[in-house]
Amino acid sequence: MTAKQGHTLKAAVLIIALVCIASIMTRHKVSAAADGSITGTVKLEGTAPHMRGIDMSKDPWCVKQHVNNPAHLELVVVGPNNALENVVLYISEGLSGSASKSSAVPVFDQKNCMYTPHVLAMDVGEEYKVITSDQTTHNIHPEPNPMTGNIPWNRSQPPGAAPIIQSWKAEEVAIPVKCNIHPWMHGWFVVVKGPYATTDDNGNYTIHNVPPGSYTVTAWQETYGKQTQKVSVSAGEAAKSDFTFKASSAHVM
Amino acid sequence: MNSKLLRAVVVIALLALPCVALAQITEYQQEQWLHTPAVTSHIGNLTGNANSDRVKYDYRRYCVGCHGDLGDGNGENAIWFIPPTYAKPRDFELAVFECRSTPTGTLPVDQDLFDTIARGMDRTNMPPWNTFTDRQRADLVAWIKHYSPRWQTEKPGTPITIPAEPEVTPERVKAGQEVFARVQCWKCHGVTGKANGPSAPTLTDDLGRPILPYDFSSGARPKCGSTDRDIYRVFMTGLDGTPMPSFADNIKPDEAWELVFFLRTLQPNNEYNKKEKAIAKELNLKPLNALQLSQ
Repeated sequence: MTAKQGHTLKAAVLIIALVCIASIMTRHKVSAAADGSITGTVKLEGTAPHMRGIDMSKDPWCVKQHVNNPAHLELVVVGPNNALENVVLYISEGLSGSASKSSAVPVFDQKNCMYTPHVLAMDVGEEYKVITSDQTTHNIHPEPNPMTGNIPWNRSQPPGAAPIIQSWKAEEVAIPVKCNIHPWMHGWFVVVKGPYATTDDNGNYTIHNVPPGSYTVTAWQETYGKQTQKVSVSAGEAAKSDFTFKASSAHVM
Repeated sequence: MNSKLLRAVVVIALLALPCVALAQITEYQQEQWLHTPAVTSHIGNLTGNANSDRVKYDYRRYCVGCHGDLGDGNGENAIWFIPPTYAKPRDFELAVFECRSTPTGTLPVDQDLFDTIARGMDRTNMPPWNTFTDRQRADLVAWIKHYSPRWQTEKPGTPITIPAEPEVTPERVKAGQEVFARVQCWKCHGVTGKANGPSAPTLTDDLGRPILPYDFSSGARPKCGSTDRDIYRVFMTGLDGTPMPSFADNIKPDEAWELVFFLRTLQPNNEYNKKEKAIAKELNLKPLNALQLSQ
């Protein structure tokens, strides 16, 4: 090889190396920006069952909070146009590696002797907060199935108590949460792997931060159970996945 | 043999066969007795072994009737225990225990199980087992642990620190009543501790069975021990598996002792509460006004 050829070769190798490094670096950035999402609406087909009113007379303070705003059970909560609320959507198949987690800490509030939100979704190992906004003592008592690896605990939260910060070790759909002092209080912790979303008042949801790929999405509602759908997510696009649950013949729940 | 007799024999044999089959324990249950788990327990200087020669015999003789071959609380006798009057036997597979010195949501230390076997649980069908030597008891703790995989994957919690008990004074007893009001113990236990609080009738345990709070006025010994320290531990660790939560986040150690002294005034006269009862009389301590408290 002549000196000139040697120089050319070195230059070529250097350029190729730089291009490779540059493309690796930009590919990283490109892939994060190209995360897609899964969005949709969950509806209830048929007549929604009437939710029973709640007798809170055990605790006169609770009664006072609901004088102008009676409380009802929340087994099936339906919004306008048969929108089904409190449905958790998550990816049950196809997710590899750790998907980026949401930055907001899930918060479960005891407000006016009811749980807000009624259903709290979170990741395995993700920290969540339990707070109380009430002037009456609650105890927060999640009852997971110990065989999953999630261990039940029971803590008191009197008025003004500090938030309780916990996390769950294992996937569990779903953990019932109750207050022993106020027996009508029922909520759920839904512990899933990967990104998740919960339907809002209009039955709409969006699961963000979904890498491109083919997945199975599962929708879970506490009374009607689970439904799955296959969905393909492309880079930077919102894949649509709607669900419809069928109301049972129960008129009152 | 004539055909009639033959037929009769065949019919009887066919009828008898299911009875014989049902009388055997299942293969899975049998297997429980055949394997020798390498689980140990440590109580002070004592080490118990789940594969000792004696432990299977002891469990089969004394425990299996209620707790079952599989340790799941489904012994033959269990169907006769009807909550809330008689709680069902403990399911060792879940490893969720009421009487612990460790925080809520954690496994007890071996000492806790060791003590429960000897103490029994008043107002339940779990008797105080004074038939065992310490060695037998330690082996039984190890045997109980072998029923749940949690003991392999999880470490027991760290026992809570119980500070030295201060002197019983009228100020402390009064302050204890204020704690009782602030964290609203009376919601379940009632203002006189009679287990007649507004939330008492609807209490259920983790398995959905009805359960009653401790009735201080009944004279029954508290489940997890009768001393002041035992009572301190109950509300500072909670009774897992039951509606009784841990108040450790919300009651400071000195307040906890104040609460213990007040709770003693709710019990009938016993060997532990002479001072507290005298103070309650001296102060003319009245029960809280539940109606006023609820507003």
